[in-house]
Amino acid sequence: MKHARIAYAGSVHHATPASDGHLLLDDGRVVHEDLVTWLPPVVPGIILALGLNYIDHAKELKFEAPKEPLAFPKAHTALVGHRGQTRRPAGVTFMHYECELAVVIGKTARSVSRQRAHAFIAGYTVANDYAIRDYLENYYRPNFRAKSRDEATPLGPWLVDAADIADPMNLRLTTTINGQITQQGNTKDMVFDIASLIEHFTSFMTLQPGDLILTGTPEGLADVKPGEEVVTEIEHVGRLSNTIVEDWTK
Amino acid sequence: MTDPVRSVIGVALNFHETLVRLAPSFTGAPYKHPPQAPVLYLKTPNTWIGSGHNIPCPAGTPRLRMAGTLGLIISRTVCRVKAENAFHHIGAFTVVNDVSIPHESFYRPALRERCSDFFCSIGQSAKPFNTDLEIDVLVNNVLRSHVHTRSLVRSIPHLIQDISEFMTLHPHDIVLIGEPESSPLCGPGDKVRVEIPGVGFIENKVVAAS
Repeated sequence: MKHARIAYAGSVHHATPASDGHLLLDDGRVVHEDLVTWLPPVVPGIILALGLNYIDHAKELKFEAPKEPLAFPKAHTALVGHRGQTRRPAGVTFMHYECELAVVIGKTARSVSRQRAHAFIAGYTVANDYAIRDYLENYYRPNFRAKSRDEATPLGPWLVDAADIADPMNLRLTTTINGQITQQGNTKDMVFDIASLIEHFTSFMTLQPGDLILTGTPEGLADVKPGEEVVTEIEHVGRLSNTIVEDWTK
Repeated sequence: MTDPVRSVIGVALNFHETLVRLAPSFTGAPYKHPPQAPVLYLKTPNTWIGSGHNIPCPAGTPRLRMAGTLGLIISRTVCRVKAENAFHHIGAFTVVNDVSIPHESFYRPALRERCSDFFCSIGQSAKPFNTDLEIDVLVNNVLRSHVHTRSLVRSIPHLIQDISEFMTLHPHDIVLIGEPESSPLCGPGDKVRVEIPGVGFIENKVVAAS
């Protein structure tokens, strides 16, 4: 089953897919998906994101793959739903997407071994973990100003139940800018697989239902400009659309 | 989740003494340049405890760092605010013990060091009165750290300004003003009290993790 959180006609609903581009709301109404506002499918207390978790991407950035997971937390204010907008700050020279498989925790997880890890997963969704490279600094890198900006982490469209994904470690990832493919990869190339990540994090942190692990991105970074539609897609999980806009406020 | 989602945001390198001590290393590898933006980290929800709760010291870690600090509790949504208006968005103060595994490098995000379970003790909220405050840390009733908010690199209004430039702060979020250079190290058995006169105090005991 796929689950969305949407806003429709002034209130927030849980929704599931119906036929011909329609959604079935939790109150029984069926509405076309063009008429709803897509929200991030989960409301996490903790968001952990991986850096350099694909060997090719580490090479592209001229880094050795890390010996233990390189992870940073993000604030929940960074999330934005499917078909949302992300602002490109005025004057920056390099802002790039990162297509990532997002793991959603399903039950309280503490000291979970790799062997048991998959029993703690509720499901999966797609994340686009934008980075503003102009703002990267070598302090707790990647730092918050580069990585935890308001609405700079699109998430969705769906939370897909774990039971519906036969092998999360063999999913094709694709990013397009205005329909042109710019990034391709496969989750089988992760340095630390999902089970290892859950074992690592829960060895010192208790994770709760809804918490998110963004598992890193493969090679194929490109700059994105206002007006461009960036689609990050993961096989069997979803196709997440986002539009880059100018940042007018200041 | 039913609780309102909130963030507790920490700021590293925000006491002058620490910045002065480390400044010579900040022009070399891996840092290359001194920090520009505030050096932030999160205290994730799994770290939050209150006064009286034990702080577990993980196996293989002899001592934990106890940074007594002031928490600024946000009362109104704050986005891209100027320093001169920042104070209107702070609804309350609180006393915080920001616990960490001591680490020398600021290069990579210190997730385990800062976000292990029960690594952030947060006190009751108190009405803010002024930003000219003293912060004391007592270990087993002995004063081990005594600092003043005058020693901040970024003042309280400038912190709110520089964080809200790229991250909206919401009601109930807490911003920690920084870790005093003199923050003591404590191990199992130690009783730690953080006190900010006029704001309040919290007390926690360090225990060996089970």
